[in-house]
Amino acid sequence: MKDITAIRSAQGTPRLRRFHQAQWDEPIVFELSQPGERGILVPEVEEEIVREVGDVVASLPETTRRKRAPALPEISQNRVLRHYVRLSQETLGADFNIDVGQGTCTMKYSPKVNDQLARAPEMAELHPLQDEDTVQGILEIMYRFEQILKAISGMDAISLQPGAGSQAIYTNASIMRAHHAARGDHGRKEIITTIFSHPSDAACAKTAGYDVVTIYPDADGYPDLKALRAAVSERTAGMIITNPEDTGIFNPRIREFADLVHEAGGLCAYDQANANGIVGITSARKAGFDLCHFNLHKTFSTPHGCGGPAAGAIGVTKELERFLPVPVVAFDGRRYRLDYDRPRSIGKVRAFYGVAPVVLKAYAWVMSLGAEGLEEVARVAVLNNNYLMKKVLEIPGVRAPYASGRPRIEQVRYSWDDLKRETGVHSEDIGLRAADFGVHYWTSHHPWIVPEPCTLEPTESYSRADLDEYAAILRHVAEEARTNPEAVKTAPHNSTIHRLEHSPLDNPTEWAITWRAYRRKVRRDAGESA
Amino acid sequence: MLREIGARSTSDLYADVPEDLRMKERMALPEPHLSEAALRRHVEGILAKNETCKEYLSFLGAGCYQHHVPAVCDEINGRGEFLTAYAGEPYDDHGRFQALFEYASLMGELLEMDVVNVPTYDSFQAAATALRMACRITNRKEVLVSRSISPEKLSKIVDYCRPEIAVRVVDYDRETGQLDIDAIRQRVSAETAAVYFENPSYFGVVEARGEEVSEVAHDHGAISVVSVDPISLGVLAPPADYGADIVVGDIQALGMHIQYGGGHAGFIATRDDPTYVMQYPSRLFGIAPTAVDGEYGFGDVAYERTSFALREGGKEWVGTAAALWGITAGVYLALMGPQGMREIGEGILQRSHYAAKRLSEIPGVRVPILRGPFFKEFVVGFEGAGNTVARINRSLRKRKIFGGVDLSKGFPELRRCALYCVTEVHTKEDLDRLGASLEEVVA
Repeated sequence: MKDITAIRSAQGTPRLRRFHQAQWDEPIVFELSQPGERGILVPEVEEEIVREVGDVVASLPETTRRKRAPALPEISQNRVLRHYVRLSQETLGADFNIDVGQGTCTMKYSPKVNDQLARAPEMAELHPLQDEDTVQGILEIMYRFEQILKAISGMDAISLQPGAGSQAIYTNASIMRAHHAARGDHGRKEIITTIFSHPSDAACAKTAGYDVVTIYPDADGYPDLKALRAAVSERTAGMIITNPEDTGIFNPRIREFADLVHEAGGLCAYDQANANGIVGITSARKAGFDLCHFNLHKTFSTPHGCGGPAAGAIGVTKELERFLPVPVVAFDGRRYRLDYDRPRSIGKVRAFYGVAPVVLKAYAWVMSLGAEGLEEVARVAVLNNNYLMKKVLEIPGVRAPYASGRPRIEQVRYSWDDLKRETGVHSEDIGLRAADFGVHYWTSHHPWIVPEPCTLEPTESYSRADLDEYAAILRHVAEEARTNPEAVKTAPHNSTIHRLEHSPLDNPTEWAITWRAYRRKVRRDAGESA
Repeated sequence: MLREIGARSTSDLYADVPEDLRMKERMALPEPHLSEAALRRHVEGILAKNETCKEYLSFLGAGCYQHHVPAVCDEINGRGEFLTAYAGEPYDDHGRFQALFEYASLMGELLEMDVVNVPTYDSFQAAATALRMACRITNRKEVLVSRSISPEKLSKIVDYCRPEIAVRVVDYDRETGQLDIDAIRQRVSAETAAVYFENPSYFGVVEARGEEVSEVAHDHGAISVVSVDPISLGVLAPPADYGADIVVGDIQALGMHIQYGGGHAGFIATRDDPTYVMQYPSRLFGIAPTAVDGEYGFGDVAYERTSFALREGGKEWVGTAAALWGITAGVYLALMGPQGMREIGEGILQRSHYAAKRLSEIPGVRVPILRGPFFKEFVVGFEGAGNTVARINRSLRKRKIFGGVDLSKGFPELRRCALYCVTEVHTKEDLDRLGASLEEVVA
C-alpha cells in the first residue's frame, strides 16, 4: 500500500490542511416551521388554580392584551436542536482552530473545567437578591478575585461590576468625571488617547461627555511624547490608553506620559485589554496610573461566547475608591457582605454585581496557575509572538512597521502593503483565503494607519507546530497572490458561504435586520406592511 | 524557539519595558492548585457555602427571574463552537451571524418591531442607550422617566445620561401603581426627548394607558420608550401596539439561568426607519446575497455608524457584551413557538394571581398593595403583621423559602412591603407552602 504519511508531509514539514468548513445550507429558522409542532411543553397549571382564579388573561384590561399571536415558528425539539447544532458547526470557535488570527482578542484556551464549575447549581441557581448569608461562597470568590487583581495591577481597590472591557473604560471615564466634580474642577473637558489604543478608549470617553484628543505615533511607532506635551493642558481630564498598544509595542516612556498628565491635573487610566504579555512583568501602578481595567474574557481566559457574556474589572487608587460603582464586596474577616453605603459612588453601571459566572471562571483560571504560572503565561505568550513574527516576516511582501528590529510584546500589527502593490491583493483578501485553511485572520480597527494591516496575537496557548502551520498558511496565500491572484480575490472557497454582496447592508431601502423586514422589503410578502 | 529568534531568555523580549517599571518580586498570589482535581475541590469547596434557589423555594424577582431553562438552551450555549467563538468574519463565523440574525428576527416577531440589535449588556444599558438615542434623534436634552422602575436601573440611567441629559423622574399613581398620566402631562414639554416607562413596571403592574402616554409624548415631539419583560408577550400587547417607538428590555428570562445576575442581556428594538437605525451603537446583522445563487449571507448593517469604524465619531460605543445569551434566547423562542409563549404567559398570570389570593387571606397581610393589574410580580404589604420584611424573610429562610424582595429601601412609601415573584416553576403546592409558612411567620 502507499505510504500515506509520505504524502501528508515532505521532509518533516506537514502539507497544508485539506480543510472545508461545515456547509449545511441551513434555512432561516422560520422556514422550518410546521404548524402544530412544538419544541417544548410548558408546565400545566393545576386545575385547582384555574378554578380559583379563572381566565386571568380575559380579566385584564382590553388595551393590555395581545391581539395577534406572535409569528414565531413552530418546530419540534429535535429539529430546533439540529438547526442550532448545524449553525454552531458553521462557527469557527477557538476550541478547534489555531486562533492566533484574531489579534487584540487574546484567543487563548479556556479550560473546560472552569465552564463546568460555572454551570454548577451553586453558581447557576443563585439569585442576586438572596440574603448575603446564603451567598457567602460567591461573595468569597469575588472578594478573593479582587485581591488577586490588586496584586496583579498594584491598584488599591477593584470593581468587578462592568459587563465587559468597553463598559469598564466607560466606568473609568465616569470615575474621572466624579473625581474632578468632587474637587469643583469643572473646566476639564478633554480626554487624551492614542490612535493605536482600542477604539473604545476614544468612544467611551466621548460617551462620558469628553472631547477626545488623539496622539499619533512618532516615526518609530511609539506614542509621541512631544505630541502629548502639546496636548496636555488645564482642559485635560485624563488619559485613557492601551499599553502595549494594538501594534504590540510597549510604550517605554509610559511613566513620563503619566507624569505629564498628572502635572496638568489629569488622571491616567491604563486599558489593560492587552495585558496578556505583561502580567507579572509590569503593572499599571508601576507606570504611575490611577485607574486600569482588565478584560476577563481576554487575559483571564474566560470563553468569548461569540461576543459575551464577558466581564470587565477596574482597578483604582485609594484616592478614587470612593467613586467605585455600588455595591462593593466587603469582608470583616468573618463574613462577606455587599456595601451600598457609598455616598460618593458613581452609582450603578450594570445590573447587580457584574457577570459572576465569568468572574468565577477567571478566578479558577488564576488559581490553577499561581504567580509563577501567570508570569509564565506572559513570557510564553511573548515568546510565541516573537517566534511567529520571525516566521511571518520571512514571507516576501509582509512587513512589521515601526520599532524595527525590536521585540514586540503579545501581538504584532503587520502590513501587506508591499504585496498589495505587487499583486493587487488586499489584506482582507488574504484573510478570506486564510479562512479556506480553517483559521481566522483579522485586519485591524479603523483607521488603517498601518496600510493593508493584519494583527496576529498567538497567546501562550499555541505550540511551535501550531505557529508554523499558521505561518505556512500565510506563506501559501502570499505565494498564491502572485501566481493565482484571482483565487485569493474570490476567496473563500472552502468556507461556509461565499463572498457577500455588501451593498444591501448599507442601503436603508434594502437592509433587512430581521426576517420580517426581509419578507416585507425584499420578498414583498402580502400582508407585511411597514 | 528562543534560539530561532536570537534571544537568550524571554527577558530579552521585554527590551521596551524600562527596568524601573519591572516587578522586582513575584506577585503576591495564593498558592495554586495545579491539578484539575485539586482545583475543582478548591472551587467547589467555596461554592458549597452558597445556598441555591434549587434548594430553596424562591420568590425573588425584581429584574432577575427564575424560569425553567430548556435543556436545549444549555446544550446550544455550551457547545464549544459557540462558546469559544468571538469576532470572526461572516464566512468562518457564518453560524454565529445567522444565529444572531435569527435571534433578532424571533424577538422582532415577539415585539412586532423590524429592527433588533445584537444584545447589549443588560436592560440597564438598553434603557440608558435608548434614552440617549432618543436625545440624538430629537436633538433635545431632557427625558422623563417613570419612578416605578428599579432604583438601581435609575441610578445607571442617571450616570449614563449625566454628561448632557437631564433625567426627570415622574412619580407613579400610589393607588394603582400605574403611570400618573396627569403628572406626565404636566412635566412633558417641547424640551422632552423621551418618555420612558416599564410594562410591567418594577412592581409587576401592567400599564393599561400606554397608548395615552405615547400620545402625550408624540404630541410634544418626544419619543415613547418602553421597557418590557419579553416573557409576558405571549399574552400582553407588544409596546408597538400602544405607540412605543423604542422598545427595550432584558432577555434573561428567555433561557438563561439566574447566575447571581450573570445571565442578563439587553435588547433595543425600533421600527425600520433610518433615523432610528443610524442611532444604534450596537451591531446590527442583516441578510445579504452571496456570490452563489440561493446562499444566505449575513453581515453588519450600516457599520459606519459604529465606534469600530469611527472611534469617538461613532454612536456611543460597541464592544463585547452578551451575544451568547442572544443566541440562547433565540433557541428559547424557537422551542416555545407562539403556543408556548401564550401558555407560559397565561400560566404565570394564573399562578401569580393564585398566590396573591392565597396570601391575601392571611391576617395582617395585604395583597395587592397596588390595585393595577399585574403580571408575575406583585407587592405584598406586611404593615398589619407588626414585623419588618427583613424579619419575616429571616423566618421564611428557616423554612427553606426565599421571601420577596424588601421594597422599603428603594421606596420609602412601600415600607414593610415586599415584591413577590411567581413564575411557571412554582406549583400549587409551592404556593400553598408559601401561604402556610407566612401564616405561621406572621402570626
